[in-house]
Amino acid sequence: MRLFTHNMLSSNIKGVANGFPLRIEVEQVLEKQVDFNPDFLKNLFPKLEWKALVDAARTMGYAELPEEADSLMLESEEFLRKFHHALLELHLEEGALVCPETGRKFPVNKGIPNMLLHEDEVPDLACNQVLCPTICERYGKVD
Amino acid sequence: MSNRPELLAPPEIFYDDSEARKYTSSSRIIDIQAKLSERALELLALPEDGIPRLLLDIGCGSGLSGETLTENGHQWIGLDISQSMLNIALEREVEGDLLLGDMGQGIALRPGVIDGAISISAVQWLCNADKSSHEPKLRLKAFFGSLYRCLARGARAVFQVYPENIAQRELILRSAMHAGFAGGVVIDYPHRYARPLFRNLMMGFSGLMRRCSEILFVVYKVFAWL
Ligand SMILES: C[S@@+](CC[C@H](N)C(=O)[O-])C[C@H]1O[C@@H](n2cnc3c(N)ncnc32)[C@H](O)[C@@H]1O
Repeated sequence: MRLFTHNMLSSNIKGVANGFPLRIEVEQVLEKQVDFNPDFLKNLFPKLEWKALVDAARTMGYAELPEEADSLMLESEEFLRKFHHALLELHLEEGALVCPETGRKFPVNKGIPNMLLHEDEVPDLACNQVLCPTICERYGKVD
Repeated sequence: MSNRPELLAPPEIFYDDSEARKYTSSSRIIDIQAKLSERALELLALPEDGIPRLLLDIGCGSGLSGETLTENGHQWIGLDISQSMLNIALEREVEGDLLLGDMGQGIALRPGVIDGAISISAVQWLCNADKSSHEPKLRLKAFFGSLYRCLARGARAVFQVYPENIAQRELILRSAMHAGFAGGVVIDYPHRYARPLFRNLMMGFSGLMRRCSEILFVVYKVFAWL
């Protein structure tokens, strides 16, 4: 798992209000080189939670990212190179992701986080309130 | 006996080490999955600006579908419930990030972050109740609801699925609509490519869903063979 994935992942355990960011427990980090593509970075930047990326990178042993970032910095190649490295080249190979609210651990083996929930952790399903009435009218009730 | 894999065992059991290897070493399957994935990517209709996007591959298996995304320059996150399939994906050194997870429990991603999603030959598995706690309608709802949330505004999800019958197809589609998706059914590829693979299959379709409030039915056609 790389940090762009970590930055998108959020614990969806039943009852958890804010499952982001998952805390990283490191046993092994791997580095693999990836082609540098500034367009991808610029496109993804607005969707990232920067602070979570900085903290995650530091946990993985990379402390070169600035604490704050804004879109102007995307013009700097030096910044982009560091951003690229943190986002795409660091792999959490062994370790765990920890739900910030419940402390539940999602183990990471061979680079793959196990996000499977136990039966009693599966969230109840709330209706999409805005769309529900019209959709039900048009397509029939689903539940 | 049925030769629909969905009726034989739950996916994490059906796709064990030997099935995962068999699946991924068949040149016919590799070819079919690549074609279905290319078509799905085309239907995603990403802007043609050469910018790599962050995509999701739901039920990514051993990475056959994801490879098409990589070939087209995109980064992707793959989700699958079968450790054996994911192991093969690792062995094949796919470039996507992999997650072991059950789409029927909902996708654990933040809102609005994914540029597009594909799911090739996987969602029909949600129509089965493999455990006593499984209620297909609720699992479909959790899946489509969470997918809707994690997609960026205007992003699309394209599904190629093998429903067992018309009722299943309707259930899948209705669940997607219910979650807020607009969209419709495109039927073109599966009958040409999937026929030898699932002989007892009644129908296949690729559904094209667009995240907007307008309902867009693209093409709608039912066909059958035995
Ligand atoms: C026919 S394979 C397709 C794999 C890949 N998309 C491809 O094109 O080769 C179907 C995959 O869906 C996965 N699957 C089935 N049910 C699932 C679920 N509830 N959550 C996640 N993956 C699931 C299976 O484990 C299997 O790898």
